[in-house]
Amino acid sequence: MLHECHAGQQKCYGVASAHVYCGANSEPRNNQSDMSHHQVQRLFSLLVLTLAFTSGFIIMSIELLGGRILAPYFGSSIYVWGSIITIFMLSLAIGYLTGGRLSMNQPSLKRYGLFYIGAALALLPTIFFGEYMMDAVFLRLEDPRYGSLVASMFLFFVPTVILGMIAPYSVRLLVESAHESGRIAGGLYFVSTLGSALGTLATSFYLVLWFEVNQILLTMVAVLLFAGLVAIASNLYLTPARRGSEE
Amino acid sequence: MTIQQEYSVSPFIENETVNLRQPMLRGYLMAIVTWLGFTCLGFTSIGFISSAQAEDIHREKSIYRNIVVKESYGRRCLVFTVKRGDRNQTCMDLSEPKKLVFPYVRMTLAGLLLSPEPERILVIGLGGGSIPMALNEMYPSAYIDVVEIDEAVIKVAKRFFNFAENERLKVHAADARVYTKRAGLQRKRYDMIILDAFTGDYIPEHLMTKEYLEETKALLTGSGILIANTFSTSDLYDHESVTYSEVFGPFFNFKMPNTGNRVIISSSEALPSDFVLRSRAKKLSATLQNYGVDVEVFPQFMRRDIDWDTEKRSLTDQYNPANLLRSES
Repeated sequence: MLHECHAGQQKCYGVASAHVYCGANSEPRNNQSDMSHHQVQRLFSLLVLTLAFTSGFIIMSIELLGGRILAPYFGSSIYVWGSIITIFMLSLAIGYLTGGRLSMNQPSLKRYGLFYIGAALALLPTIFFGEYMMDAVFLRLEDPRYGSLVASMFLFFVPTVILGMIAPYSVRLLVESAHESGRIAGGLYFVSTLGSALGTLATSFYLVLWFEVNQILLTMVAVLLFAGLVAIASNLYLTPARRGSEE
Repeated sequence: MTIQQEYSVSPFIENETVNLRQPMLRGYLMAIVTWLGFTCLGFTSIGFISSAQAEDIHREKSIYRNIVVKESYGRRCLVFTVKRGDRNQTCMDLSEPKKLVFPYVRMTLAGLLLSPEPERILVIGLGGGSIPMALNEMYPSAYIDVVEIDEAVIKVAKRFFNFAENERLKVHAADARVYTKRAGLQRKRYDMIILDAFTGDYIPEHLMTKEYLEETKALLTGSGILIANTFSTSDLYDHESVTYSEVFGPFFNFKMPNTGNRVIISSSEALPSDFVLRSRAKKLSATLQNYGVDVEVFPQFMRRDIDWDTEKRSLTDQYNPANLLRSES
């Protein structure tokens, strides 16, 4: 996040330096020469929208890879896709509900970033222990319909719930007044669903042609971690700047 | 003599009227295009006429692909309805129902040259059931398991293609990968596994991977063989060949002239010599004639040499873009 701000005559760049020079006088009264409210707000929106896009991309990419992951144990029949989509929809539903609830309590970019880090960590067991989980389910459930449903639950429920929490939380972070809430929510859905579309396309057309399933998933983990860290780092700077500029 | 005649006699002989040749060439092009247009139109109308002659005698709904049973010219065919023209999945000659109509189906029986007395057979992919029924008739004491993913295909095979289960011949409605994994756990063993799941437009990718072949190999008895009806064109040929040789080592690459099919015959023991193949072909010849299979010509086309790019990546559960590779020819 490269950022420029004027603190008196001084210019300062970057998150860290901004924090040192500008953040030091983050007392609202001293910030009159700081970035305009509009500028900070735009940067903030851009960040949240980019992150929402990323989560949309990753959700659908994982969903598509889900078919690949389950096929060796449960086949690739329509019911396997049925299981995967059911679990994803269910997890997203629960994620929306939880994310909405969590947004009531001191919403911040830092907590927002923690969702990304949480989702990244929740994906690790899927990558490293997925086969053990599927083995266990395969041995206990004869019917591949319920086998694939239960296996999808184990593999994808937790990461998808966490990824689902991002959507309502993003709305909360961006909305400032009731009259613009619809527009902002619409913009967020637009961006994150666009991400989903691209994630679906990229994964099914190209990523599986170039990489192994686990390579793609590990990249997703890295991207989520990075996104989370960016959000947390930005929190250190942007939040005081916003608070200041609102005065 | 008009200019036109002059050019039609020797259109490519150079002379001073170069500028006149351009419109002439354009004329030729126009003629070719028009001709092509009419030809296409002709073929299309022939298509319409012949499809009008093929009578749909049954339509079966399926969760996978709807199935149509058609009859024309004394043949009854099972067709999956695909938008880009129908594909005959399996056909039966109504006057000689036992005869195996398609070359790849006949080629599959080349496996008998490696395993002439199979006692336990697994057939993956039912179609009209011609292969399991022929084997059931030839080896009445052999146990035959058939795995077919689509219940609707089973229903149609029974009703329209004389397929019938009996004490030794059983059909299971299941995904082949799931069946194979379970059979492994139940310690089932087969002398012969016929993998015939790769027809039509879509490839079940999870049946092409190294892991799947390893699971299948684990089901084979010490001298068991795997016969796979696979692809002879596109990039997939190389990837698939590499995958099979990684799991089975050398295999018979069986391609017949004038057919687009290739049948891979791999064995869990060393491949038999050409002499053995020929002498077994001789013995089986009379029996197989009943099914329209001229087995004695098979050995010469069962090649051991490597005619694929060995540098290509093998297909695994992790890396498996089979359908994408197929379109990249």
